[in-house]
Amino acid sequence: MTYLDHAATTPMLPEAIAAMAEQLARVGNASSLHASGRAARRTAEQAREQLAEALGARPSEVLFTGGGTESDNLAVKGMFWARRDADPRRTRIVVSPAEHHAVLDSVEWLVEHDGAQVTWLDVAPTGEVTAAALTEALGDGQDVAVASVMWANNEIGAVSDLTALAAAAHAVGVPIHTDAVQAVGQVPVDVAASGVDALTMTGHKLGGPMGAGVLVLRRDADCTPLLHGGGQERDVRSGTLDVAAITALAVATTTSVAGRVERAARVAALRDRLVAGVVELVPDVQLNGPALDSVVAGGPGRLPGNAHLSFPGAEGDALLMLLDANGIECSTGSACSAGVARPSHVLLAAGADPDRARSSLRFSLGHTSTDADVDAVLAVIAPVVERARRAGLGRRSA
Amino acid sequence: MRLIAAMSGGVDSAVAAALAVEAGHDVTGVHLALSQQRAQLRSGSRGCCSVEDADDARRVAAELGIPFYVWDMADRFAEDVVDDFVAEYAAGRTPNPCLRCNEKIKFAAVLDRAQALGFDAVVTGHHARLADGQLRRSVDAAKDQSYVLGVLTARQLAGAVFPLGSMTKDRVREIAAERGYAVATKPDSHDICFIPDGDTRGFLDRRLGEAPGPVVDAGTGAVVGEHRGTHGFTIGQRKGLGIAVGDQRPRYVLGIEPVTRTVTVGTAEQTGVDEVRTGTPTWAGPVPAWPLEAQVQLRAHGAAVPCTVTEDDGGLVIALHTTQRGVAPGQSAVLYEPDAERGDRVLGQAAVLRAGARSTV
Repeated sequence: MTYLDHAATTPMLPEAIAAMAEQLARVGNASSLHASGRAARRTAEQAREQLAEALGARPSEVLFTGGGTESDNLAVKGMFWARRDADPRRTRIVVSPAEHHAVLDSVEWLVEHDGAQVTWLDVAPTGEVTAAALTEALGDGQDVAVASVMWANNEIGAVSDLTALAAAAHAVGVPIHTDAVQAVGQVPVDVAASGVDALTMTGHKLGGPMGAGVLVLRRDADCTPLLHGGGQERDVRSGTLDVAAITALAVATTTSVAGRVERAARVAALRDRLVAGVVELVPDVQLNGPALDSVVAGGPGRLPGNAHLSFPGAEGDALLMLLDANGIECSTGSACSAGVARPSHVLLAAGADPDRARSSLRFSLGHTSTDADVDAVLAVIAPVVERARRAGLGRRSA
Repeated sequence: MRLIAAMSGGVDSAVAAALAVEAGHDVTGVHLALSQQRAQLRSGSRGCCSVEDADDARRVAAELGIPFYVWDMADRFAEDVVDDFVAEYAAGRTPNPCLRCNEKIKFAAVLDRAQALGFDAVVTGHHARLADGQLRRSVDAAKDQSYVLGVLTARQLAGAVFPLGSMTKDRVREIAAERGYAVATKPDSHDICFIPDGDTRGFLDRRLGEAPGPVVDAGTGAVVGEHRGTHGFTIGQRKGLGIAVGDQRPRYVLGIEPVTRTVTVGTAEQTGVDEVRTGTPTWAGPVPAWPLEAQVQLRAHGAAVPCTVTEDDGGLVIALHTTQRGVAPGQSAVLYEPDAERGDRVLGQAAVLRAGARSTV
């Protein structure tokens, strides 16, 4: 099996599995006052401190959630509600159309059900959002509740300069949230240095468990809760802490961030060899997103494991199916709830034509990727593309 | 063989896929997304292709351990089946969308794509026998679907596998239950899948708008009522005519004239036809020699009747040996060679253009 879908989820790190298994065997609610509760609380707070350290945040800014989707919902809706409550003129949300659906659909829900307006940010053809685009969209910022721009794009790997974006937002008094689910452990992420007000991250993209994530929320950022109950997380998020998952999340994040430089170089080299090999075998392939060696704010301008390619004349879902039959697992943009592959909304947002969006495939490499994985793709890609092209784009002429 | 199993989420296609796997074929499951606005949940026996149906199909594929994908055929389906359905009604004819879907989608768009991707054939849960390139009625006469498959050509049949034709529907449900599939007790779908509320008239009203016109009695020439649109009628229809005639004898729709928006009605005796003229035929096997003695079925679930078939100007002239009622233009006239032992064999079909008494057609 050749697993090249690490951006969907990546194998858990052995040390994270060990830490989680150890905690699963223990009893104790971190909110209980007795000895078992105190022990659970101590473990959870140690994890919080480790995460704060790894992310460049203060421990009190680390709020545990059920994952990236919850963190995005909480930040977008919660900050919109809190900021509008403080000043009813603030009904506008400024957001990139290339965001993950956890952000996009939260914004659209607020528009449909809660009187929000949205201003869509211009996305560069390579997928990133510039500070100039944000400044233009914000205007004087008086009517803006919140801005949200992802740190690194999950589909085409484009990294935006959140330090510059945060400065642009703050210049007109607007708080900014960033979905950094794909960025943490892949590119340098430092919450304090960047100045962002809220940051989403999750465990299972970097070797931690599913169902455990974080919203880093600055202490002075107002955010109305989504979930009401015990108020466990700074009264912004309720729910019994999953100490075992949190512990594994902290171990995975710490390990991933600590090993980032060495791993990113290794994974990027594999990715570069994959792309070069495909270009040689399928000369008209198109690379989507930033150049492989692009630089943003002194760091990588593209996620090191991301190779997003369009194969003109072939349909992404046919390519995926044929590669799957050859034991190679990768991804097309996204699927609807029934499982229909949809053209990548990210490519469309970046201005690509629909055919290019429909013919695209994402290979995402990660910590377990090897030269053998790259070889496996290169061994079959040419005949697979040829066959998918024969099946055409599902058109009448095909 | 390498097979694509078209899996609707129903019990038939689930068992067909299972039997193909057990026969040793290399099977990949595919659910066809045909609706552009997919409902989340299905309701009873109405329609198919909801997200719940896709999930049911995915569950069975997972139990079989076969790959499973959803193919988006919504655009093709809208154009070739739904738009065709509306256009046929607008032209005063009575289409069969299931037949059209088999002709244009399942054994054309899907089969072509499957073969381009390296598969040999498409396996479905249709109730019909197919062996040695010969398409025959199912052993379960009540569930036989050979009529809606009658449009398939020899080339299309060469890319089709129907594992269920030699068993009854009850046996299919038993097999599903033996394997523990939750779809074993799922109700059969019997409505038109793209009209999930079952209100064909309302669907056509929305697509075609109201276009009132007269209802005329064939015997007297008198206007006996008014209608909201000719698309609300089919030849042979008795109910819902909304007319008042002097005598108390029931009236049936005899003719639909969309240009003048006239619906003609008449008595039972006037509905009888014994000659049917068709458009260009398709053949499930070799083109027959003329005249052809065969049986013809003129609507889904109708009885087949003996006939003599000749060719005229590219179409067929079908002389019925016994008078038939309610033969609607747009329906398919499927020709069978009777065979009590192996099942009646489908010879071919053609769309009905017009039907009448022999001298008047």
